[in-house]
This record gives sequence, structure tokens and C-alpha cells, in this order.
Amino acid sequence: MKTDTIAAIATAMTNSGIGIIRISGERAIPIIKEIFRPRNAKKDMEMVESYTAHYGFIEDQGEVIDECIVLVMRAPATYTKEDVVEIDSHGGVIVMRKILELVLRHGARPAEPGEFTKRAFLNGRIDLSQAEAVMDLISAKNEFAMESSLKQLRGSVKKKIEKLRKDIIHQVAFIESALDDPEHYSVDGYGEELLKVLRPVEKEVSRLIESSSDGKILKEGIKTAIVGKPNAGKSSLLNVMVGEERAIVTEIAGTTRDTLEESIYIHGIPLQIIDTAGIRDTEDIVEKIGVNKAKDAVDEADLVLYVIDGSKELDENDREIMELVQGKKVITLLNKSDLEKQILTSEIEQKLNGPVISISAKEETGIDEFYDALKEMFFEGQLEFNDEIYITNMRHKTALMNAKESLEQVVISIENQMPEDFYSIDLMNAYEELGFIIGESLEEDLVNEIFREFCMGK
Amino acid sequence: MAYFEDTYDIVVVGAGHAGCEASLACARLGFETICFTVSMDSVALMPCNPNIGGSSKGHLVKEIDALGGEMGKNIDKTYIQSKMLNESKGPAVHSLRAQADKQEYTREMRKTMENTEHLTLKQAEVVEILTEDGKVTGVKTFSGATYHAKAVILCTGTYLKARCIYGDVSNYTGPNGLSAANHLTDSLKALGIEMYRFKTGTPARVDKRSIDFSVMEEQKGDEKIVPFSFTNRPEDIKREQISCWLTYTNERTHEIIRNNIDRSPLYSGMIEGTGPRYCPSVEDKIMKFPDKNRHQVFIEPEGEYTNEMYVGGMSSSMPEDVQYEMYRSVRGMENVKITRNAYAIEYDCINATQLKPSLEFKQIEGLFSGGQFNGSSGYEEAAAQGLMAGINAVRKLQGKDPVILERSDGYIGVLIDDLVTKETHEPYRMMTSRAEYRLLLRQDNADLRLTEIGYEIGLIEQERYDYLNWKKEAIQKEQERLETTHIGGKKEVQELLESYGSTPLKTAVSLAELIRRPELSYEAIAPIDYEREPLSEDVIEQVNINIKYDGYIKRQLHQVEQFKKLESKKIPEDIVYESIHNLRKEAIQKLNAIRPVSIGQAKRISGVSPSDISVLLIYLEQLRR
Repeated sequence: MKTDTIAAIATAMTNSGIGIIRISGERAIPIIKEIFRPRNAKKDMEMVESYTAHYGFIEDQGEVIDECIVLVMRAPATYTKEDVVEIDSHGGVIVMRKILELVLRHGARPAEPGEFTKRAFLNGRIDLSQAEAVMDLISAKNEFAMESSLKQLRGSVKKKIEKLRKDIIHQVAFIESALDDPEHYSVDGYGEELLKVLRPVEKEVSRLIESSSDGKILKEGIKTAIVGKPNAGKSSLLNVMVGEERAIVTEIAGTTRDTLEESIYIHGIPLQIIDTAGIRDTEDIVEKIGVNKAKDAVDEADLVLYVIDGSKELDENDREIMELVQGKKVITLLNKSDLEKQILTSEIEQKLNGPVISISAKEETGIDEFYDALKEMFFEGQLEFNDEIYITNMRHKTALMNAKESLEQVVISIENQMPEDFYSIDLMNAYEELGFIIGESLEEDLVNEIFREFCMGK
Repeated sequence: MAYFEDTYDIVVVGAGHAGCEASLACARLGFETICFTVSMDSVALMPCNPNIGGSSKGHLVKEIDALGGEMGKNIDKTYIQSKMLNESKGPAVHSLRAQADKQEYTREMRKTMENTEHLTLKQAEVVEILTEDGKVTGVKTFSGATYHAKAVILCTGTYLKARCIYGDVSNYTGPNGLSAANHLTDSLKALGIEMYRFKTGTPARVDKRSIDFSVMEEQKGDEKIVPFSFTNRPEDIKREQISCWLTYTNERTHEIIRNNIDRSPLYSGMIEGTGPRYCPSVEDKIMKFPDKNRHQVFIEPEGEYTNEMYVGGMSSSMPEDVQYEMYRSVRGMENVKITRNAYAIEYDCINATQLKPSLEFKQIEGLFSGGQFNGSSGYEEAAAQGLMAGINAVRKLQGKDPVILERSDGYIGVLIDDLVTKETHEPYRMMTSRAEYRLLLRQDNADLRLTEIGYEIGLIEQERYDYLNWKKEAIQKEQERLETTHIGGKKEVQELLESYGSTPLKTAVSLAELIRRPELSYEAIAPIDYEREPLSEDVIEQVNINIKYDGYIKRQLHQVEQFKKLESKKIPEDIVYESIHNLRKEAIQKLNAIRPVSIGQAKRISGVSPSDISVLLIYLEQLRR
């Protein structure tokens, strides 16, 4: 718990109109001073009056992230009775994330589910009658967050973090054994050795931080299934979607092909493509897969991209698939528009609820229309994805950054020739932070590790 | 035949390290106290290792002393070797350890006990705890005598249904062949107290004349003596020290053990009790760490006037013939004569989560407990609990709030919080890694942390308290002076820096900043600190540490602040967790089992999640309004 200032995106992330990032706590105003450049350069954000709005720019090391309006509200006349700052941005999902990340980097931590309300209540802001509701909210949201935190965590990421923690705790256990039983173990000159172990650990943590920005840690986004008969062009479509954007393809070693999933941002809309392995495989494996595979994917999906070879007529298989996706949010893509059109769209329009768009994955035409349709559905609120997951991801990232900071602190201690017992303080912090991600707390880990690995005793 | 014997304010059961501290605290606070022991000759007995202190345990002793306890004073009187462990490490892990003359230690403590006003020492076995309406009213002894009291403190150590074992030999005796206390357990169980069975062990004692010290490494004491008690000055307790000796087990030793492992009662299943992992028998070490080809063996004197030596590192419960064989395989011990066999001991103790942080039983008013009875191990852990149990029994009779040390106050706080919050399944030993704020909880500043509390309790005399206040002020003044005195890059300064391999100055800096450099210290900059006035060593030590580790200390202080916020949120004793419908089932069960006193304590219970804590916080706020 480095700070008690919390921050979160206060508006649902599906709604792109205006997004609000809310910060509450004693660092709220100092943070805004650090990251916000008011249009009126003479304005000192720490001096402005309560309940005033300010126009200017959110900047990260001189680079403008967004133009926005900042609302400053001073304690105690605020919702939480603490200093509160709200940043109104119009930048959409991606920009809002960037701003939130910046706020967190400057010393806030991601709010727990229901935490603003919890603070409001604890600080005497809201009414007693609302207490039950607050508790309901917290327990429900936390349950979900906890569940999703673990469920959403990719298996390989979990393994990596477990490995990192193991490396760290082993070092701490060694140092502590030596401190507890100095006549049995010596840590003299241990710093050099520890550095060798820490470098790869730090590197791995940095890598995880980078990948968390890309959403590689959590499977997040709108669950999207791409279905269609073999050779309809699902794979080519996926390649276009992946290739065009700063998309991130994650093929993490160790995951089976069956669970391979990819996260893509299309104009800031996060899509989580289900069962991409199935899509790719269909080119080799014949007929039967088409329908069977699609069935599972569709069940899970919030959005279905139905790919049809427009140069052929609809057949039994197509009708079967259409039946499958009925009632889902569907975008139908008539592929191969570069070839002569054979298909009758009326049947599709009749059966399915959603836009039908002609594209050519090969020539990459019609893609913009497809994306526009996607955006429209998203911003009209037809498509939703759970922002809890996103917040969980933020929490993970914060934990990773804290872990990294602690590891860096160890290196500084070594360089400054601090005594060895100082190393374990920061190593334990790093260990604990990493533990937050995989939902494991400290408990008796260290003591157990000491006894398991090192022979102590009189 | 039952008959009425006497009435006291407080009864203490047991005169080991916990019992002595408990009795002394009660009596010194003016309460009529009777302390029962199974043997008048075994007061403050050291049945295992012949030393006091060591890593983190040394901290406990210093804290006991800072609060007005006896252990530190007693070891200062009777030590035969003194050593500061981890001197080359940070100040947080410096740990004082002294070899004791066991006989002397016992004799001195007995003398103190016998000469303390309001304290009666009596040889008798307590067999029953008397209660009325869930309140303790006294005890009954084996002979049938009844002693009425308003509070009873159980410090039975390893004596309850004790059983000593080596090989296939087993005896229902306490340590050292002293008689066990075989009846009290049944009375406790009848009161609804949940009992555990733990196990520990001790190595053989051997005849000094049968050892060849010439092939062993001598382990001398420190030149510079640091007393355990803040009331002693080093020069007051300086004396001739006696050496310990270091040798090693070898492949042959390990082979003997492996070949006979089926004869070990630990491995044959004869011993049921749960043993501590940190102080394993030598057979455990060999079996669990097969890769280590040797283990250290410390030969330590049991006292100045005895030839008995303690074979540290080779605790065992092997049969006698195997013991001979394995001890004799060790270098320098080829012809060793064993004076007392090594043995394992099993005993009854309690699940300490039945206690409040004041060490009073939750279910039985006025019944307190301390020491190994609570599932801890070690003389120092026992003494610390005994002291707190004694203090809190008195507070109870005075109608005052109990004294509860927090985890940020001292190792004693950590020890007791761990015991009453986390169910332990093996004898609990103190370790520095258990203290999350250890940079603040140093052995050198135990007085600054706790003596004021000791004074408020009434165990610290005025003179000592006045000195403490003077010391605090002196430290603060000197720190301020060093932070505000600036020095430029004069020739003399640059030369001094150079001589320490320190970067020369470009601009003026404060003296404190110079002290913060790893290669410099308060002492080092003396020649360029022109206005420095002579200060006592204990003040200098604090100033140096506070300045040098300033950044780290501030970080921990900040953590403590956060920690205290939750500790100060008290949970009412009569809270009904079932009525808070948002708590998870598991949390309700755990909270009911432990019944934490604060949100902070609740948070440390395994199985209570952060959202449960949020729900609790809101519930408490609801109650408050």
C-alpha cells in the first residue's frame, strides 16, 4: 500500500462521448499539477479554488495525450470527503486508459471495486440507509473481480509470475536464514550474486509490464467469434484485422492451440477473438470442423463475425451456421467481393439481425465499412464488455510496476553497499506485489521456504 | 483430602522463564502472588541450550528489559561469554547472545524471586483450575489444597503430560528427569480448552575431559561487551569469558544415522507430537538435507564449575548405543563420554488462538497463560509472554485496559499477535523475518520504544525514566545539529573524504549528508565536525543509525502509519458475524474462531479476504452512527 490516493475511470467504457477519470485522496491535486498543463500557463493547480473547472492538456513528459477539462474539488465538500479531481476527456477508450495509467504512475493506485462509494460512506458522506447497498456492491464486485482476475489471467502469465516469485523468495529465504543463523550461513559479498539473479527477474517483470499495456496479460475485450464455412476467408479476414492495426498477436508457448486467443484493437475497441486456432486450422481440416467448432465459439461470443464466400451460393452448411448464430449480435461479411457475386443477401438479412457488408479480404476493400459498422454497434451500446476486467488488468500492471520499483531499490541498496538485510525488505515487497496478481498473499511463505530450503538449527 | 489453604491475588503455575517473569511482574506491581513449581531447585531452569538471546531472541530479551522484566538483568549477572551476532549486517539484525552458566542463572533468578516482596514460591503440582460462572477462582494442588485467586497464569512449559523419548526408551517425565504434571490437562480439557501435543528435543551433554579441543575451532566471545539490560554499563559486567568450540559432522556420522533411522522414534511413528522445523534433530537434518555433507557442531560449556558440555547441533532421539556411535564419529569427540543422553520430549500445550492479545483466555475470565504452554518455543519467547501475561493479569485486577504491544512496537508484539491470530502447528520460534518493521524494532532502541510503556505500567523506576527522557532529547538535538550544520570543501574536509575513498565536495553539504555516505559514519567525520560535544555511546549509536538509514526508516514509518490505521479500528467483543450477511461463510467461521480485536488483526487471519474487510469496515461504521 504505497499510497492512499485512488483513481479509476468513472464512466462505462462502452460510451465514448465523454469519459471521466476520477481521483480521490490527498495526492489527487498534486498529481493533477504534475500531469496537467492548464491553457492559462500562470495557473497553479494547487492553488485553484474548490469546484472550479480548468481547460488544458494532459501531458506525459511533454507529449500531449489529450485536451480536456479538469474539475478540482477540495475536501471535505466532495463525494468521498477527500480531495477529488475529475478529468473529462473525449478521447475514447485508449486515451482514457493512457490518462489513467499516467495518474497511477504519479502515485495513485487503482480503486478497488466500489471503493469511491466505500470511502464516501466511511467518511460520513452517504446515508446509513445506503450502507447495505454499499456492502452488496462491494461483495458482489469483489467476487467478480477476484474471480475474473484469476480466470482472465493467462495460464502462461500465471506460471511466469509463480516462477519469478519462487526465484525471489528463494533469495530472501537464503538471506534470512543467514541472518537467523549466522553461524551456519554466510551472506558476505552476496550482493554480486544476487544481482545476477535479479537482472533476469527484473527483465521479465519489465516484459510483463510492456505486455500488460497490450492486453496480453488478461484476456480482455469483446469476445468475438469468426465463423463461416471452410475457405470462406476467415483466416484472411483475421490477418487483415491483425495486420492493419497495432494489433497484438499472442501465441504464448505452452498454451495449447485449442485455447489460442488473440486480442485486437479496432479503432480502440478491444476484441478478443475466440478460437483463432480453429480458424487457422480449417484450411487443412475438412468440412466437419466448420460447424462443430463454430458452435462452441458462438456460445461463448458477445459478437459474431460471420464470413461468407460471396462468390458462391448459400448451401446447407451456411443455413446451419445461420441458425447457430441467430439471436447473437452478428456482422455478416460477404467476402471475395473481388469475384463475381452469386449470393442473395435477402435471405441473410431476413434471418440475421445485423449489418451485411461486402468485403474483400484479399484486396482489403470494404474493411472500413466493416469497421464503421463495428464502431457504430459499440458506441451505441449494443456491444459491451466488462470493464472490471480492464480494471483488473490495471491493478496487475500497477502491481508489476511496484514490483519493478522494489527490485530497482534492491539494486540501489547493493550498489550503495547497504548491509544484506536491507535487500530482503524490498525483495519481499516485490514478492508481495507479484502475489497480488495471482491472488496469493504472503502468509507463511517465507518461513516455510526458509525451513524447506535451509537447514537451520541448534 | 480437600482443604482450604490460602488466598492470593494471583496464582502463577510454573516457575520457568515465563512463570518467573509473570510472578515478578505481579509481585512488583504490589499484588500478592504465589508461584507454583514442581521443584524449588528448578526455578528458571535451562533444560536445553546454555545460552540466552541470539537472532531475534536477543531482541526479545532487550524488550523484556526495557519493559522492566528480569531476564536481561539475570543473564548479565550470569553470562560466561557474550557475542553480538550479525555485526557486519544492518543494525536491525544485530543480535546479542550470551552463554549462561546454567546453575548460576537458576540460582540468581531464584534469589530474586525469593527476595521479592509480595511473592511466594512454593513446590506443589497444580492439578485443577477452579472456576465459577466462566470466571477463574483459584487452583487446587495434588495434595488437595485450594488456593483462591482472582487471576491465574498458566506457565507450565513442557511439563504437561511430558514424555521423554530416545530410541525405544520412553519415560513420563518432564525435562531433566523432573516430574511431569500429569493431571492439569484433564482439568483444562474439562473447561473446554483445546489442547495440542508438541514435541521438541535436546542433544546429549558430554564430559569436557573426553573431548579433544585441539582439533576444533575456538569460538571466543567479543572484546566489547554489550549488556542485555539497559541498566548495566559494559564496564559493570565485564568478566573473564569462556570459549565455545566448533567441529563438524561427517559422512561417517551421516551413514550411522541413515543405517539406524528405523530405530529413531521420530521415524518409527512412536513420537506423535509436532516438532519444530527450525531446530531439527540431527537425524532430521541428515534425512531432509541429504546434499549437505557436513553440519556444524558447537560444543558449549554448561557452566563455569561443571565439566558438562552441550553438543549444539546434534539434538537427537536415537537409542543410546546409536548416540554413542554418532557422537564418537565427530572429529575431536572420538572418545567422548556422554553424561546425559539426548532425548525428544512431547508435551501438551494449547491452541493459542483461544487467547486474547492480552493472553487471557477468551472463554475463561481471569485465566491467563504464557510460554511454551502457548505453543511457542525458547526461553526468550516464554519470558516475553510471561511478562505480558503478568502485566495484563494485574491490569485486569486494577480494572485497567490491557497492555497490548502492536507489531510495530516490538518483537513481543509480533510474537503474541502471531500466536493468537495464526494457528501454529509447530512450536513457534521468533525470527527477524517475522517482524515486518524490523528496521524500527532494533535491539539497540528497545528502551526508546518501550521503557515509557514500562514506566506507565509501574515496572520502571523514576530514575530510569528520567534518563530515557534525557537520552531522547540528546538524540534529537544532536540529529538536528547535524542536519543543519553545513560544511564546505575546505582542504581539511577534502583530505578527510579522500582518506575514506569518498567523493570530494563541490558545494556545501550538511554533516548529516556526509554521515549518510556508505563509507562514512558519525565517528568518521569527527575531525571535521568542529562544534561536536562529547556524547554518551548510546546516544551516538542512535544518532548514527537514524541518520545513516534515514530513507529506509522513513519508509517503514510510513508503512507503520498505514498499519496503525487499521489496528486502531476496534471490533466490539459482542459482534455477531452471522448477522453481517455480506461476509463470506469461510470468513464468518474464521472470524468466529479468532474473534479479532481490531480490523488490523482480522486482516491477518488467513481466509479473510479484502472484501470481507471492506464489509466489516462498513458494518462498524454503521454501528458507530
